[in-house]
Amino acid sequence: MESTVLKVSDFSAYFGDSQILKNINLETDSNFVTTLMGPSGCGKTTLIRCVNRMHELIPGARVTGKMYLKNDDIYGMEPIVLRRKIGMVFQKPNPFPMMSIYDNVIAGYKLNGIRFPRDELDNIVERSLMGAALWDEVKDSLHRKGTFLSGGQQQRLCIARALAMNPEILLLDEPTSALDPKSTSAIEELIVELKKSVTMLLVTHNIAQAARVSDYTAFIYLGELVEFGPTDKMFTVPKDKRTEEYLTGKFG
Amino acid sequence: MKDHTTARMIKDKVFRATVILLACFSMLPLLLILYFITRNGIAVINWEFLSQLPRPIGEDGGGVFNAIVGTAILIILSSILSIPFGITTGIYLSEKSDGKIAHIVRLCVVVLQGTPSIVIGIVAYLWVVAPFHSFSAISGGVALSIMMLPVIIKATEETLKLMPYHLKEASLALGVPYHKTILKVILPTGINGILTGILLSLARITGETAPLLFTAFGNQFMNWNLFKPIDSLPYRIFYYAMSPYPEWHAFAWGASFMLVAVVLGFNLIARGVAAKWKVQF
Amino acid sequence: MTEMCSVNGIGMQDINEKTETADMTAKNTMDKSEQRFGKVLLLAAVFVVVLLLAILATLVAASIPAIKAFGLTFFWGTTWDAAAEKFGALPFLAGTLITSFLATLICIPFSIAISIFLGEYFKEGVFSAFLRSSVEVLAGIPSVIYGLWGLFLLMPIMRAIEMYLGVTPHGVGLLTSALILAIMIIPFSASIGREVITLVPGDLKEAAFSLGATRFEVIRNVIIPYARSGIIAGILLSLGRAIGETMAVTMLIGNSNFIPTGIFDPSNTMASVIANEFAEATGITAASLIYVALVLFLVTTVVNIVGTYVIKKVALEASKEVT
Ligand SMILES: Nc1ncnc2c1ncn2[C@@H]1O[C@H](COP(=O)(O)OP(=O)(O)O)[C@@H](O)[C@H]1O
Ligand SMILES: [Mg+2]
Repeated sequence: MESTVLKVSDFSAYFGDSQILKNINLETDSNFVTTLMGPSGCGKTTLIRCVNRMHELIPGARVTGKMYLKNDDIYGMEPIVLRRKIGMVFQKPNPFPMMSIYDNVIAGYKLNGIRFPRDELDNIVERSLMGAALWDEVKDSLHRKGTFLSGGQQQRLCIARALAMNPEILLLDEPTSALDPKSTSAIEELIVELKKSVTMLLVTHNIAQAARVSDYTAFIYLGELVEFGPTDKMFTVPKDKRTEEYLTGKFG
Repeated sequence: MKDHTTARMIKDKVFRATVILLACFSMLPLLLILYFITRNGIAVINWEFLSQLPRPIGEDGGGVFNAIVGTAILIILSSILSIPFGITTGIYLSEKSDGKIAHIVRLCVVVLQGTPSIVIGIVAYLWVVAPFHSFSAISGGVALSIMMLPVIIKATEETLKLMPYHLKEASLALGVPYHKTILKVILPTGINGILTGILLSLARITGETAPLLFTAFGNQFMNWNLFKPIDSLPYRIFYYAMSPYPEWHAFAWGASFMLVAVVLGFNLIARGVAAKWKVQF
Repeated sequence: MTEMCSVNGIGMQDINEKTETADMTAKNTMDKSEQRFGKVLLLAAVFVVVLLLAILATLVAASIPAIKAFGLTFFWGTTWDAAAEKFGALPFLAGTLITSFLATLICIPFSIAISIFLGEYFKEGVFSAFLRSSVEVLAGIPSVIYGLWGLFLLMPIMRAIEMYLGVTPHGVGLLTSALILAIMIIPFSASIGREVITLVPGDLKEAAFSLGATRFEVIRNVIIPYARSGIIAGILLSLGRAIGETMAVTMLIGNSNFIPTGIFDPSNTMASVIANEFAEATGITAASLIYVALVLFLVTTVVNIVGTYVIKKVALEASKEVT
């Protein structure tokens, strides 16, 4: 059942004249968690935002090279079609404050003007909230605005919102950096659980987190992909000196 | 699914085009106004127009010198009346930001700012013109100063609130008393914001006509007496525009050109001051 | 308190003594000037409150003869006749409501388009800088010049339209005034609209984009709902402006004191009837006009307080959102 979900080849990204990503090559397989790790400012967010083409929303941003989502050329697709197939969870929980919890979960369908019968929507909401391990906590207040939820719950609501679209890959950009330790471990557990059903690309600068949840790790430094391989291997015998220095806390 | 996506993308494009179209279309009046003012205004403006008094209809030539002087006098008068009060109140609001009085004062400033200028004109009439039984420059100055006040207060308050707290701390730690800290450290640091506010308030009142209708009134002669009616550019424009004579209409455009130049000038200087005198932290 | 400056050649002891005595004497004077400073500030602040109350009191006091004579019937009286000393303000209430609401209605699509243009599509760059400064210039042009321009461009156009439609070709009237008012309030409501639109948190927009929404869908489903109360408050404040706007309307409304029967009719607003008649009014006529001014003042005050309050609340919530 293993197959390549995301393939990045000779990929570079720019903000105006400054090159942020330099010739990245990467492959992620289905039902694995791949971590992008590296010091702050090295380009992790940029790379992940290139995958669903959010990068190009910023004026002056451009890219070269190729990315494929299950053999489909990402940069040959309509962004709005692509983004529906790719889920994204942001650094700061960002549920829509003007929508109820229920509507937040199906926001992707609502925004895209896709209509379903009511019971099917109920189904999607329940399934997605279950998937995000939030169902039990909110099932009685589905039609309230989500603003009363804790930060960790809000983040799981955002994960549910992404899961509702049945994404082929889920992008998580430091999803726990704005959360307390307890919520963080809840999200980490959730990621491990989700692995059964969805492929994930996780950005973190927390080495321990990468070790806990990921199967593969890519170490990025100054826009370059320094090393990429199975997490346990890289963490025990890093091939590159820079990876070793990063893992042992010499910088970052 | 495919068709659905195309439809959505078309909708997106159509919406974008509509927004751009409407936004550009709303610039049309501006272009037309500027075009009219420039075309009709420049033709009239010459040295005589700037330096002579109005002549009765039938006589050629003449100018709006009295209106220019009158506007200048009104500006000076209302500045004298409003600036000290405005700045002081602004300091109060920024210092006693959360007090009960501050909240009430702020509410009053909002109300004053929104009060129609014609209402302020009537009030100035009742306060100054009626007791003295004469339209006067002073009453015009009172009306305009009430209009300047909220703008200056707000500008001062907002500028001073942006001052970093460590600035005040640094001064107080040196043993400088509180009021001197405010007057000699905080106020000079925020001077660009306050000046900008004053200039913007001047831009606001220079073109005001309604509050002058029953206060400064208007005067076709030169007048330096503050207790007598005085002319002003906006009043002259109104007077000439409502007249049936094409010669006077032309003069109205000339005066409009000057008035717009003055108002935009104030705005430009305000921008310059805001940018140039800004103290960097 | 300024002895500290001449430090040269004085021993440390001296300085200490000197500053100490200076401190002692300074203490009293300083406390006093400190107090005086506080008093001056307070006085200026209280003065603003007094000023506003005085405005209200003056208007009430000066309109008492009219209030006594007409009371609340003033609001539904339809005749305004100085010769007969019979005053009802309904024609002006109608004129004000029709012109200002019509103006606001015309203004809404344009100001929202400009807000979205500046707040979402073109946040920076030449295009946006141009539009933004144009809006500022438009906002800075004095009312009387809008009136003058209206007389020379809008009035002939309206007259032609009226001839074409077969109604009495006044050229001036309710619709002409509403048009000029709309042009005048567009910059104002657009700048408020732009502000509230830029307050919409970027991460919400990104969330919507990441779910595959088009920009239009983001605007319609995220930006507008989020900014809705701010946009409505901006429109309300613009309405307040339109209600109180005087000169341009005075020049273009046709100065008629009868209840308008059609959109092309000449009329008067509360503000324009004051501008037209107050200078020559005496006695009960003047009191009635001041009564109109009082009503105008109260209406715009309510509109402004509500609008400002809502906008403040919106901005506050947005700032909470960020932190
Ligand atoms: N909008 C932007 N415009 C210009 N440069 C940017 C922008 N966003 C990020 N950058 C630059 O791109 C580099 C990579 O940023 P990012 O991908 O956010 O790093 P990371 O997520 O690894 O911390 C940084 O050097 C940053 O300064
Ligand atoms: Mg990042």
